[in-house]
Amino acid sequence: MNLDWQPLILTLQLAGVTTLLLLLIGVPLAWWIASSCSRFKIVMEALVSLPLILPPSVLGFYLLLAFSPEHFFGAFLRDHFALSLVFSFPGLVVGSVLFSLPFMVQPLQAGFQALPASLAEASYTLGKSRRYTLFKVLLPNIHPALLTGTVLSFAHTIGEFGVVLMIGGNIPGVTRVASIAIYDEVESLNYTAAHFHAAVLLALSFTILLVVYAINKRFHVTRGTL
Amino acid sequence: MIDIDIRKRLMGASGKFTLHVQLRMENGELAALFGDSGAGKTTLLRMLTGLTTPDEGMIRIGDETWLDTRRHINLPVQKRRIGFVFQDQALFPHLSVHGNLTYALPKHSDLRFIDELLELTGLTVLRDRRPDTLSGGQRQRVALARALARRPAILLLDEPLSALDANTRHSLQDEILRLHHALGLNTLMVTHDIPEVFKLADRVFMLENGAVTRSGPPAAVFADRRCDGKIRLPAEVLAIEGDGVLHTLTVLVGKQIFSVVAVNEEVRDLRIGDRIILLPKTFSPMIVAVN
Repeated sequence: MNLDWQPLILTLQLAGVTTLLLLLIGVPLAWWIASSCSRFKIVMEALVSLPLILPPSVLGFYLLLAFSPEHFFGAFLRDHFALSLVFSFPGLVVGSVLFSLPFMVQPLQAGFQALPASLAEASYTLGKSRRYTLFKVLLPNIHPALLTGTVLSFAHTIGEFGVVLMIGGNIPGVTRVASIAIYDEVESLNYTAAHFHAAVLLALSFTILLVVYAINKRFHVTRGTL
Repeated sequence: MIDIDIRKRLMGASGKFTLHVQLRMENGELAALFGDSGAGKTTLLRMLTGLTTPDEGMIRIGDETWLDTRRHINLPVQKRRIGFVFQDQALFPHLSVHGNLTYALPKHSDLRFIDELLELTGLTVLRDRRPDTLSGGQRQRVALARALARRPAILLLDEPLSALDANTRHSLQDEILRLHHALGLNTLMVTHDIPEVFKLADRVFMLENGAVTRSGPPAAVFADRRCDGKIRLPAEVLAIEGDGVLHTLTVLVGKQIFSVVAVNEEVRDLRIGDRIILLPKTFSPMIVAVN
C-alpha cells in the first residue's frame, strides 16, 4: 500500500513553525501579563484565553473574512506585501499561532508569577537590565513552564482541525494537514488511509505528553533531593 | 555624605499616612533604621534603591544625585550603585555561590575581587554549591557578598538577620561589622532588635509615625528606655481571674507565662489579649549568665 506521508510532514512543519513563533511572542507577552499592573492586563488575559472557549470555526470564520482580499486587512496585505493568507500555509501559521496562544502563554505566566518578585528586583539592584534579567534569571528558573508551554502548543497545533479547515481548506502539500486528511479519507470511505493518519497522530500525541510528564517529574525529583 | 529627604503617601495598617524621611549619614557610618513593623522602613530602603518611587524629594550620595524630583532627576535602579540584601536573600537558585557573585559584575570585570570576597566571607569552600543546599546563615552570607560584589556606594540591609537563630545571628553581626570596616562601606540597616543596634550601629534613626523622630548614637537615642533605672516588661494578658477585690492576671512575657496579683482599678479596662507593661517596684535582680 502506498502511504501518503505528506499530510503528516505538513502537520509537523506547521506545529514546528507555530511553536517557534509562539515562543517568540509568548515569552514577552506572558512576562508582561505576569508583571504588569496596567488596566489593560485583564483585557489582554481575556483575549489570550479566548481560543480556549471559542469554537475553532468562529475564529476560522473571522480570520477567513480578515484574510480575504475583499476586506481591508487582506487587501492591505495583498497591495503592500503581495501576500495572500487565505488558503495558504502562512495563513495556517497565523491561525495556529492565535489558536494555540493560551497554551503557550498560560503556563509561562503561571511560571513567572510563581517566582518571588525579589528575584528580578535583586537582578536590577545588581545593575542588570530587564531583558538581561529575563534571559539570565527568570527564564532559567521557569524551565518546567517553558517546556510545558512549548510541548502543549506543539501538540495542540497538531490536533487542530476547525481553524485549519476554515482558512486553509484542503490543498494537498499546502494546507492539507493530517487532521484534515483523516476527515477527507473518511468522507471518501478510505478507512485504511484514515487509520494510518489517525494512528500516527495518536501515537505522536501520547508520546509527546509522556515525555513532558517524564521530564517534569525528573525535574521535580532532582530539585527536591538537592 | 549621604543626604536623604523623601516623601511618599503610604497605605498602612491603620489607614493612610505620609512617610516623610529626612536623614543624613556621614561617610563610613553604619546606621540602623529602627522602628515598628509597618513604619515604612522597608519602603524607605526600596526608595533608596529606586525599586519604589517616592512622591517627591531628593537623594544625594556623595556628589551623585540619585533623585531630585524638582529637577526631574530619577536615576533608574540599575544606575544606582547600591548593594541590597533582601529579607528573603533572593539568591538566584540556578547559579552556584560563585555564579551568584559574578552575576553582579559588569561584563569583562576582574574576577579576583570575587575570590577576595569569598575569602573574606568564608565562602570559598562553598563556591560551587547551589543556594538550596546551604543553611540560612550561609545563604545570608552569600547575599551579603553578592551585594558587595559591585562595590556599592551604600549597602542596604533589610532585616537580614531576623530569621536566623541566636548563634548564627551573632556571628553574622560580627561579619557585617568586619566587612563594613574592612571595605570602608556606608551601611544602612533595617532592624527592630535593640541589642543589634547597640552592637553594630554608629548611629540610629528612630522611625515613628512616618518620620524620623530621634537620631544619634544608640545610647543617646534609647536613653529614656535605658537610664531611668526601672525595668519595663512588655507583656500580654492571657487570663484574668478574681473575686471582685483582688485579681490574678496570667501574662506572657517573652516566652514565659506567669501570674501577677492586680487590684480592681488595674484590671477594670483590661481584656484578654491586651498588651500591658509590668513595672516591678522594688527590684534588684540577680543576674545569671546563660551563654
